[in-house]
Amino acid sequence: MRLLITIPQVLVQTLFLALGQLWANRVRALLTTLGIVIGVASTIAIVGGTQGLKAFVLKEFESFGASRFVIFPRNPRETPNRYSPQQIQLKLREARLLERTCPSIARLTPVKSFVAQVQFGDRVEQNVRITGMDEDWHLIEGRTIIAGRPFSRIDEEEQRAVCIVNDKAVEELLLDKEPSSQSILVGGRKFMVVGVVETKTLPTIFGGGEPLSEVYIPFSAANAMKPEPIFGLFIQGTMVSPDAFDDLEAEVRSALRRSRELKPDDPDTFLVRATEQAISSINRVSVGLTIAATCIVTISLIVGGVGIMNIMLASVSERTREIGLRKAVGAPPIVILTQFLVEAVVLCLSGALIGLLVGYGLIAGLRAIPDGPMAGASVPGWAVALSVGFSAFTGIAFGMFPAIKAARLDPIEALRHE
Amino acid sequence: MTISIRQVEKTYIVGEERVRALRGVDLEIKKNEFVAIMGPSGSGKSTLMNIIGCLDQPTTGSYVLNSRRVDSLDASALAKVRNQEIGFVFQSFELLSRATALKNVALPLMYAPGKWFGASKRAAEALRRVGLADRMDHRPNQLSGGQKQRVAIARALVNSPSILLADEPTGALDSKTSEEIIGLFKELHAQGQTIVVVTHEEDVAANAERIVRLRDGKIYSDFPRRLDPIHGEYLRAMMRQAMELNEPVASDPQTQQEGGA
Repeated sequence: MRLLITIPQVLVQTLFLALGQLWANRVRALLTTLGIVIGVASTIAIVGGTQGLKAFVLKEFESFGASRFVIFPRNPRETPNRYSPQQIQLKLREARLLERTCPSIARLTPVKSFVAQVQFGDRVEQNVRITGMDEDWHLIEGRTIIAGRPFSRIDEEEQRAVCIVNDKAVEELLLDKEPSSQSILVGGRKFMVVGVVETKTLPTIFGGGEPLSEVYIPFSAANAMKPEPIFGLFIQGTMVSPDAFDDLEAEVRSALRRSRELKPDDPDTFLVRATEQAISSINRVSVGLTIAATCIVTISLIVGGVGIMNIMLASVSERTREIGLRKAVGAPPIVILTQFLVEAVVLCLSGALIGLLVGYGLIAGLRAIPDGPMAGASVPGWAVALSVGFSAFTGIAFGMFPAIKAARLDPIEALRHE
Repeated sequence: MTISIRQVEKTYIVGEERVRALRGVDLEIKKNEFVAIMGPSGSGKSTLMNIIGCLDQPTTGSYVLNSRRVDSLDASALAKVRNQEIGFVFQSFELLSRATALKNVALPLMYAPGKWFGASKRAAEALRRVGLADRMDHRPNQLSGGQKQRVAIARALVNSPSILLADEPTGALDSKTSEEIIGLFKELHAQGQTIVVVTHEEDVAANAERIVRLRDGKIYSDFPRRLDPIHGEYLRAMMRQAMELNEPVASDPQTQQEGGA
């Protein structure tokens, strides 16, 4: 009961005492807490910088469709001869199944892609990429229709012989800029050009190359030209949000594995990827950097903690007589312990505070670079809480030994100490 | 009865050796007594003081302080007893150099539950009692030795202890200042304060009501001053008689010493 009243009383007073002492020895305190300052500052800078980098790259991909995904068939490397190509290939039925069962999928289109000869008048182009997809593709890819019209439900349902070409194909085949009932031969079949779509290549840093001629036809038409089971398809779609990939992958795996009757030990015979999987790899990089930041903060807090312990031991030694006096006038051991712990924690927290200021300064500097990739750098609250929390913990952990030493001092010996 | 010590022994183990600092001490001190405990170094007077002050505990024997046994308490309980019952005055003052006189005096109240709120007022009152009402905001380095000891006495008084326990309170002071401090003790005693002074200075002991003398861990003399073997009027009278019989004789051994020094 007595301690219940005494400890808060002592806490408040030692807080002021500790702050006063810190101010009196500010150079020493600053040097002591340097480890903690560096640890907290670098954590804040790394986490903030990572957030900025992530925001930058995500924004780059956003223009390309940040929440896009693809599902491919995959022959498991572990058992190359176990499945036939027909077993592995994705089927229209599976695409419809996923559309129905996966809540993380916003929309999808089956895609049948092959290479064929394309002819218009005397212009012949070999090996043109022909893509069959349904009208949702427009929403998934988000490409601008430069001229004419996009595909409609009717094109798909009635398996109409219409096509959309890209601007490159218009150029190569010498088509009219505005679609005007001209027809081209795709693999020997006649398709009327109804629209022209812009060409979009990946940014060169992500492997994009020279634009090529592209021809798009309704999925049903493509399916008629290249039917299952000889020709499989792949699935392209959008997720409900850019970071829903983990959920999506789980849902797709569960649905497809069940539909393909794979046993628990069997490897997947399909592959789910987000937009070139860049987003998830960026997320991985960002997690990696966060872990690195955590390691840095841990190491520097340990180093800083040893510094704190050292200075607290020196403080206990310097103030032995004071401890003796305090004990003589009635301070019980637990109160002395509290006093020294409060001092250690205050020391650590003031280091953390300086570290936060330095970290925020670094982030402000990164943001100030004109047109730099770090314009979106920001420090999340959890990073601040984490580094401050760790610092306080360091104070308690490394202040404990000196504090116990102080608490155990014999008052008679302490008062005799020179 | 304020203090009742019975058959107290204290044995220290220093390395392999057992040092018997106290070898059976009986001592009773009543409320409002002014007692000097004297003895040469090694006599056990410091040990006895530490036990009276609850800084240390006897190996055997009993110690009753204000009708409570305090000879086998744990460190926290002892701290509480010191806080409430004992006011210490040390030879080297033991003031916190960073704190003002007022803060120094208020220190024991920091460890007294619930007394924090009136602490400044009580500390100011204690400083007024020792005549330092105008020095409250001074730090120890702005005070003279005598003033420092007054601050220490105010600190000892602030929690209204049953005993003021002074260990060589004038050991670091010049003789004039010493007299002032002794004067202050006498004043406090007149106001009803129980005082125990541990000293090896006869001048200091001469002011006490009662003088306890230790040698080799035992009390060999415990009398009111007038019966004390050195300061007692009986002995003085006997000495005077002896001097008159054997003229010429050096007047007072102490005066002679001072003249020679």
